[in-house]
Amino acid sequence: MTICDLTLAELRSGLDKRELSAVEITQAYLDRIATTNPVLNTFITVCDETALAEAQAADRRIAAGEAAPLTGLPIAAKDIFNTAGLPTTCGSRILDGYISPYDATVIARIKAQQAVIIGKLNMDEFAMGSSNENSAFGAVRNPWKLTHVPGGSSGGSAACIAARQAAAALGTDTGGSIRQPAAHCSVVGLKPTYGRVSRYGVIAYASSLDQVGPVTRDVRDCALMLQAIAGHDSADSTSVNTAIPDYQASLSGDLKGLRIGLPQEYFIAGLDEDVRKAIEQAAATYRDLGAEIVEVSLPHTAYAVACYYLIATAEASSNLARYDGVRFGLRADRAENLIDMYMQTRAAGFGAEVKRRIMLGTYALSSGYYDAYYLKAQKVRTLIRQDFLEAFAKVDTLLTPVAPTPAFALGEKVNDPLQMYLSDIYTIPVNLAGTCAMSLPCGFSTEGLPIGVQLIGKPFDEATILRTAHAFEQATAWHKRTAEI
Amino acid sequence: MKITRAEVEHVSRLARLALSNDELDSLTGEMDAILDYVEQLKGLDTDGIVPTAHAVPMENAFRDDVVRPSFTPEQALSNAPDAADSAFRVRRVIE
Repeated sequence: MTICDLTLAELRSGLDKRELSAVEITQAYLDRIATTNPVLNTFITVCDETALAEAQAADRRIAAGEAAPLTGLPIAAKDIFNTAGLPTTCGSRILDGYISPYDATVIARIKAQQAVIIGKLNMDEFAMGSSNENSAFGAVRNPWKLTHVPGGSSGGSAACIAARQAAAALGTDTGGSIRQPAAHCSVVGLKPTYGRVSRYGVIAYASSLDQVGPVTRDVRDCALMLQAIAGHDSADSTSVNTAIPDYQASLSGDLKGLRIGLPQEYFIAGLDEDVRKAIEQAAATYRDLGAEIVEVSLPHTAYAVACYYLIATAEASSNLARYDGVRFGLRADRAENLIDMYMQTRAAGFGAEVKRRIMLGTYALSSGYYDAYYLKAQKVRTLIRQDFLEAFAKVDTLLTPVAPTPAFALGEKVNDPLQMYLSDIYTIPVNLAGTCAMSLPCGFSTEGLPIGVQLIGKPFDEATILRTAHAFEQATAWHKRTAEI
Repeated sequence: MKITRAEVEHVSRLARLALSNDELDSLTGEMDAILDYVEQLKGLDTDGIVPTAHAVPMENAFRDDVVRPSFTPEQALSNAPDAADSAFRVRRVIE
């Protein structure tokens, strides 16, 4: 067992007992990044120098007896979070040279606890993708099988934790971008309820769907991270001012009386047999633990992907209008006039998938098509949200697959955008409904690729899915398997 | 066909996105396939359904109108591709 094999909670305990120092922990992770990053390509920026200085400051705070839960723990952030003094690329060439002048609220919150920012993680450009192949900084490899994708768009965040390159990571999830890579890399990933965590300083993709969440080794670490980042922020008017429970205390192991729903529409053609078996096994485990398993229906599930790709692209086309070469990032120099400068800058700076989504979104919002596409999708979104609220009148949580298949091979789906979009069929409805969900390891395919199970909770009831996930983890050993890298 | 190459070209101008001929060709096919897929929403009766803009009920977020610290001009311009006299500099807009 080395330092990098320890969980966030174990490292905390080591620091509190003075058995470990923050400098020692940070150096161990930097060494591991140095040897494994050339293979995996998980990091866009590694904070070699600043991380050690931050670790020294953390050690002083610990020595003074003033440690907060994350003090001295090395955390990596998806390169979508503004982090003062560091480049923030969002996986795009269009932010070439951009240095964040301020911290995103979640970064400020973990910095206030004196966590160590160890680096910025690779991602699909502007969080658009399900494989991490859309990054301007190259694809990330899956630590479990280097020929396969880690999932996306927070592929760097999930692969980094699976490869034990940081104690915990931050990601974002707009249509499954935390949960799907977490499942493909056998780590824990949580998408909190929309409004639970501030989006201030997080580069926007689809503002009504985007949410920040943790990627961790196990459920306890996930609870620890959520506690650190959750809460109202006056800088984000969509963050909700509601009570935050003690998430560690919610991990009671008690599932007595818990009702778990299996949505019948999620167990359909296209669901890989290995995944189906693993999910059925997870349901059986819960039955053994005393939960009641109930079949439920989410009748509008089949419409979710279509609904999402209209809403998300429409919002993206608006959000990404700001990349015009005027105030930051890339500027095309040889333009003839201002409009041409905008058009050339955006042509040079955006990758193919981002262009595709900007175009689709612009079309869906354009004169004559707005009602047929965008407004229609918003109405369908209401129906999808109602499905969840009706299901939650009968059950406490829903149990589903995270993705229809285990991780696919690099290059397998790059030429078929629609097939790539359909790989998010089980995660997208949660973002449309705005509720919370998490992915946790529940098995491996015959090929040895990780499989994740999704637990979907009621709005603002992260505590129940954490408790449910934790009980599963106590009863199984999937989360203890580590990728050989 | 749900969308023609000429429409794709029109949308690219709306989006301020210069596209090559190859990109226009491939995007026409890809957007057509995606629009064909999303067509399924039309089969769903949504009469009387209120559209959802945000999944969590929102209230207006009011705050007092007080001066708070913000970027200095230097900070605001620190990432500018071109700047002069506390301003972002671009090509002449009005001749």
